[in-house]
Formats: sequence, structure tokens, C-alpha cells
Amino acid sequence: MSHQQVKFYQTGTLTVGNRLLDAAQRTVQATIDRSNSLDSGHRACQGCGEALGARYAIDTALRETNNKVIAANATGCLEVFTTPYPETSWTLPWIHSLFGNAPAIGTGIAAAMKVKGREDIRVIAQGGDGGTTDIGFGCLSGMFERNDDVLYICYDNQGYMNTGVQRSSATPGGARTATTMPVGPEPGAEFDKGKNVPLIAMAHEIPYVATASIDRLHDLEAKVKKAMSVRGARYLQIFVPCPLGWGSAPAQTVNLARLAVESGVWPLFEGEYGEITSVTKIRKQVPVEEYLKPQRRFAHVVKSPEQLSAVQAIADRNIRKFSLLEEQE
Amino acid sequence: MLKQIEGSHGVSEAVALCRPEVICAYPITPQTHIVEDLGALVKSGKLENCEYINVESEFAALSVGIGSSAAGARTYTATASQGMLFMAEAVYNASGLGLPIVMTVGNRSIGAPINIWNDQSDSMSMRDAGWIQLFVEDNQQAVDIHIQAFKIAEALSLPVMVCMDGFILTHAIEGIDVPEQKQVDKFLPSFAPRQILDPENPISIGAMVGPEAFTEVRYLAHQKQKEALKLIPKINEEFKKIFGRDSGGLISTFNVEDADTVIVTLGSVIGTIQEALDEQDQNIGALTIRSFRPFPLEEIRTALKNVKRVVVFEKCFAVGIGGIVANNVRMALSGTNIEVYEVIGGLGGRPITRKSLHKLFKDAVKDNLETVTFLDLKKDVVERELKREKELIQSGSVAENVLRDVGVVNVAKTT
Amino acid sequence: MFQVRIHGRGGQGVVSAAEILSVAAFIEGKHSQAVPSFGSERMGAPVVSFCRIDDKPIRLREPIMEPDALIVQDPTLFNAIDVFAGLSKNGYLLINSKRSIDELGISNAINLPEDKVRLVPATEIALQHIKRPLPNAVLLGALAAVTGVIQIDSVAEAIASKFPGKIGDVNIQAAKAAYELLSHNNQEEITC
Repeated sequence: MSHQQVKFYQTGTLTVGNRLLDAAQRTVQATIDRSNSLDSGHRACQGCGEALGARYAIDTALRETNNKVIAANATGCLEVFTTPYPETSWTLPWIHSLFGNAPAIGTGIAAAMKVKGREDIRVIAQGGDGGTTDIGFGCLSGMFERNDDVLYICYDNQGYMNTGVQRSSATPGGARTATTMPVGPEPGAEFDKGKNVPLIAMAHEIPYVATASIDRLHDLEAKVKKAMSVRGARYLQIFVPCPLGWGSAPAQTVNLARLAVESGVWPLFEGEYGEITSVTKIRKQVPVEEYLKPQRRFAHVVKSPEQLSAVQAIADRNIRKFSLLEEQE
Repeated sequence: MLKQIEGSHGVSEAVALCRPEVICAYPITPQTHIVEDLGALVKSGKLENCEYINVESEFAALSVGIGSSAAGARTYTATASQGMLFMAEAVYNASGLGLPIVMTVGNRSIGAPINIWNDQSDSMSMRDAGWIQLFVEDNQQAVDIHIQAFKIAEALSLPVMVCMDGFILTHAIEGIDVPEQKQVDKFLPSFAPRQILDPENPISIGAMVGPEAFTEVRYLAHQKQKEALKLIPKINEEFKKIFGRDSGGLISTFNVEDADTVIVTLGSVIGTIQEALDEQDQNIGALTIRSFRPFPLEEIRTALKNVKRVVVFEKCFAVGIGGIVANNVRMALSGTNIEVYEVIGGLGGRPITRKSLHKLFKDAVKDNLETVTFLDLKKDVVERELKREKELIQSGSVAENVLRDVGVVNVAKTT
Repeated sequence: MFQVRIHGRGGQGVVSAAEILSVAAFIEGKHSQAVPSFGSERMGAPVVSFCRIDDKPIRLREPIMEPDALIVQDPTLFNAIDVFAGLSKNGYLLINSKRSIDELGISNAINLPEDKVRLVPATEIALQHIKRPLPNAVLLGALAAVTGVIQIDSVAEAIASKFPGKIGDVNIQAAKAAYELLSHNNQEEITC
């Protein structure tokens, strides 16, 4: 990886300070003249993972293209909290059409740019897991199979949050949502369901697929940068905790994103044309309980040895499948 | 140039002449020949500077169109029947966002029961979505009105659907005068969007609008359609000057000035109606509605002001109440003493014959018609099914019963 | 107005026949309208197509109920559907068959003078010239000879415009062969 991977092991805090780094290595987000695709004044909740992820992702895309990006956004939290009529916090050209068609809107914009000889202007289509894995899935697959020149970014907070925390096909087993309430010994969301869209994207053999997490923003930026350096259909799924929907403290958002990666629940990998090209190793595997405990949506799971081991089994399988532990090669 | 070609082919040539930049469609009977032709024109290079995209559904087709139109490209698509419903959300979205997309609708019925033949239910299902809806009478008009449609759409920044009867027009081969590129270029300038996604000048399109402003936005959409009532005839005049044909406008009338009875209709059936009218000697006129949305209330009211009775003949209906077009016509005639009869015919492709029309005319002039008539209804088949449903709880599926029944009647005749 | 109704089965070029006929009329400066009866596109299923020819613009769009000429491309249809429905008393009937009316078992169904009913070995002529059992162009050649509603040269030009190259050529040959055959038949009857 070409970006600076910096690891700090301070106890009691997760803060990493720019002042400890060489000026040249400081994050661009700390400079006064950074782009700010998602400007302040939006109405996201305190601790919203999606707001953080979206700003970093789009800012990177703008840097890579000299500010020539058009974005299509599905209906959802991101769309709603960034455009409360009559305001908008987007500083790039942006369109919201429907819930299920963001990939197709992206396809259309890309076609227009091509026909007008402006392929220097790049297209990003984005949405939450609801708009991507469920209602937008048909259009997503179509965009993939045509290899349209669109980067699709899915901000995955594992549920339909904007409408009141309902289950999506990205909701993990055991999670409580408004439509998957745990009752008695039964889990919230069932364990034998769900959809892994990054792997489905890989099956379409598109030029670039990656998963990312907001606990490591440089890694996220590097993946967006890589995505913008190639043409054709590209897919990025970013893990973005939702304090409201998950029942977690707003200050825990980044920590939870880290624990998801370090426990194996959220594997980080990159793939090109259907083959995995890199994974992020876990230095020390964290038991899933540590990840689940701070989230009230998993309260039931933590109390049930059966459900807890089911979640652990999933994490273990990911670690094995993607060879995530540093000892494994 | 005068050519003897299939209606669909005429449409694809007309659309190509309008220099579309993005064409995106999903195949569905009876529109397939149009999109196939356009695909071939793009592939062969005859239609230059055009991206042709094969998508996975009608919802995707119109959505791609929304993206490309918002990004400043002249955009075209086509659909029919089930496809129209599958893209319904996008249909409302396109007009709500004010995007000048042109779409051909090869009018076909909507299931269940599934039926591939012509009626106008599909266009009617979207009549309230805010699109301009123009219905063509023959394939010459199909060509001419597609060309006018792009101009109307871009002038108003509103999408336009051009509705042509599936199979009856789309698959009919007749003489069509296809215009020259020079003429079309003179008539239709390049697309100058009212709003555009452009990094040089970033805007956000598609924001949520709350209770405090939603009514005003929707009222403005209504006003825009009313503006179209003036624009559509104006564009027809401009068309006439360059192409020498009167092909558009809001309505057409035949012998309504002195008539006591006027048949009001839309689309290709007017041809057969005119033939039937010429064969009889009652004082009956006809009025074809070309622009169904916006609905020309004033023009229709004025044209029919001296008439005693109106028979609205439509290929669609509102289940549970009656005619759709008829009810719009009633609005135009409110406050008058004109009797309005609703005749529903041609559903699911049932042929409309001069024989049936003659009987209809005879009944109409004698006021011997019910308020709502289903033309050529097989009453015995209907009675049999109603009886069956009364007698059995598990009476079976209606469609299958009727089909079997209609078959039984035929076999009985030949033995 | 001259109305022609063509019956056949899917795969026999019934729809093309109507189209070619309409183009032939167009070439002669007439108005014409060709329409397939629309059904699912299945090989072997009964298919009907219509063609109207007139000196003035054609407004009528109902199916052809009273044809002035009826072309039957496939005689097995007589058992399947009522092919003769509405055939005008002054109408022409052309049937693709080597057999006679009696042999076909339809003498009771038809009420036309003998010179209006012509049996054309269209499949055989097609096999000879086109090497495929496609009788449609052949029957159009026959139609030209029997009714005179269009000229054989217009039929030839229409075939060429729809099927350029070798395919068109052999179809034209076949159509002309039928035209010659039936023109001679005409002459024989006049001299008899």
C-alpha cells in the first residue's frame, strides 16, 4: 500500500495526533484548503459513521479528479440529512432520484459524459445498505455486468436506519431491528439469512471491489484513490456504525468500526476481476463479545451462549476464509 | 422521403433524426422493433454521437434516462404495458424533476390477465404522473409527433410520452414521409437544459420538500401542463412551416360544426370510425384527442358546444366506475346539457369493426345506449361465469373459465 | 379498395407476403397497408396477414373481413380454421396445392366461379427455384397474374427491396415462374 500506515499503541485513548507526524505525512484532511464535499451544517446524528465515511470518500474522489465528480445518491439517511430543503451540504453536482435506482442513475450520467466527450468527469453512485443490497440490487447488478464506468459506494450500517431501523439483507444474525425483534430464546435477525454484496460484486468480475471501515480513514482514502485510478464498474462497501440504530454511544462509533475489523466480523479486502488482491491482517483477534457488548442491538446475543457462539463462528469463518490473522499466510 | 415501412421503423428513423444522445430501453412487445432498429443504427454508425444501453429492466431504463437527461444529454426510451408499470416510480420521478425525456409507448393492455394486444390502459395508468401524453392516429403522425415531442419536452423541461397503438400502428406497414435531416435540424435545435449536473457549477437535484413548499412545487407542475396547451399548437404551426404537414395540435375534428352526435376518441381507431361515418348518412361527426395530457378542456368544450350528444369511444376504462376519457370529457362539458355516452371497446386487442360501429351509431342517434357500454361484449359468456360463481365457492379462475367457455362456444358452432 | 387476406402457418412467410405485396403497390404509386394478425411467434401456428391496396389514403384498420382475394399458403389449414370467412362473391381464391378442389375436400365450402379459384403448386415451384418450401413469393406472382391488382415487375422490385442479393433473385424467379404459369392458364381458359 502506498499510503502511510501508522499504528499508535497508546493505552486509554484511540487518538492519533497529526503533530506527531512529519508535515508531509499529515492527513490532507487537516489542511485548511481541503475540499469539503460534504459541508458542515448537515443534519446527521451525533457520531454518524456514514457522514464521516462519505466525506472522506468523496473528498478523495474530488482530489483524484481535480474536482470533477458527479454524484448520484439513493434515498436514505445520507440523502436526507444532507439535503434538508432548501439547503444542501453537497459542494459537488449531486442528484437524488429514487431509492432503488442510484446505480442506474450513475450509468446514465456516465453515458452522458461519454457522449459529450467529457469522460474526465467521473461518476459516483452511492447509497446505504438498504438501497444497495435490497431494492437497488437489480440495478446494481446491471451496472456491474455492463461494466459501466461508475464507482458505487455502499455505506453499510446494516439496516434501514432512516425509516426507523428495520432489517435489510445486510443485517447480521442476532441483531435486533424493528422488524427482527428477539423474543424469548429466539434471536433478532435470523442467522441463516443475509447477502454478501462485496462477494457478489466479485462474482461479477468487475475491475475493482473493496471493503473499508471508518476506523482507518487512510485505508479508505487509499481504496477510493485506487478505485478512481481505474475505469469500469467499481464497488466499495464501507462499514459505518450507526449509534442510533445500533444502540451504541456516539463516541464509540470509530471504536466499534475498529472492533468489527479486529474481531473478523468485518473483513477488509480488495479484489480485481473476481480475484482477491489484498487483505488487511488482524494483528490480534478480538473476541466478538467485545464488539457486541457496546451495542444494545446485540444485548440478546450477548446473553445467549448459543447466539454468541454463532456470531463467533461467523467471525472465525471470515478469518479463515480471507486468511486474516497475521500468522496465516 | 416517402417510404413504405413499418410504423416502428418510421419511429426509429424519426427519433434518430432528432439526434438523441442517450437511448436506453428494455424490450417489451410491441415496442421491440423500435429499440432494435435504434440499436442497429447506433451500432452501424448511422446514428452518431449516441450511447445505446441495454438494461436489465424498464425501471433501470428510465432511471438511466433520468441520469443522462439530468447530465445534459438528449434522452429517449420506449416501453409498453407491464414495462410502464415496472418503471412507474421513475415515471413520476422524471416529471417531478422536470427532465425532458421522450418516450414512445406502444399501447398495450395491462394484465392480469396477461395480454399482448392493443389497448390504451398503459398510458392511462400514468395519466396523473405529470408527463405530456400525445396520442397519434397513424404512422405519419407517429413520425411527426416524435419530432415535435423533443421540441415540446425541451421547451417546457417536461417529459413527453408519444402513444401509438401497439401492433395496429407499430406493426403496420404503410406509406410514411420520413423527413430529411436538414429539416429536423432546422426545427429542433440542440438540447439546452434548464438544469444540469456540471462540476463547473455544482447544484443538488432531488432534495426533499416538506409540507411548507410541496403544494407550490406541485401547483407549478400543473401550471406547466396548462402552459403546454398553448405551446403544443404553436409547435405544430412551426412544424407545418418547415415540413408542410399539419400533424400535431391538441385535437382534430371532422364534421362537428353541424353534427348532433359526435364520437370522441383517441388514436388509430379514428380511421375505421371515419370510414364507417362516410358509409352512413346520419349527422354524426368525430373528434380525436391528440393531447390527452394536458387535457384540452376549452378546445373540446368549444368544438362540441352545439352538439346534442357525445359518444366517447375509448380503449381503456376505470374499473368500478366507467370510462376514463369519458370522465375527462364530462369535465369539459360540465354545465351543458350534452348527453355523454361511454363506450369501451377494443380492450386487449379486440378488433373494432365497421359493423359494430354502425350498430353503435344507430343506437346513439336514437339515445338507445346505456351510460356505459362495452362494445361487442359476449353477454352469454359473462352470464355463464356469473352463474358459475353463484353456484360454486371454488368456481375457478375467471380468465381460464372464460377462455374455456369461448372455446366451447366455437366448437358447438361447427358440429 | 382491394383487400387481400393471406393464411398460412408460422415460418411460411405469411407476414412478409403481405409486406411485399404492399411494397409492390407502393412502387406503383398506390396507397397500401400491410398488417400481420398478431399472435405469439410460433413456428407452425396458424398466421393471418392482411394487405389493403387503394388509390386513395387508407384509413380503415379493422381486420379484413371481406377479402377480395384470399391466399391460402397451407391447405392443412382448412381443418383448423374458417379460412373462407367473408370471402367476397366476386373474390379470388389462390390455394397452394397440387391437388384439385374436390381432392382437397373443400368444394362445398366455396361458392365462386371456376376462373376465380386457382390452385398453384407453389411449394413445388419454390423448391425448384429457391430450394426451400417457401411459397409466399410464388403466390404473389400468381396473384399478379390472376387479379392484375399489381404488376409482376412491381412484385419483383418489392422482393428485391426486402431480400437483396441471391435470396431476392431466386424468390423473384419463383414468383415470375408462377406468374407465367398462371398467365398461360388464363390464356388457355379464354381460348377454350
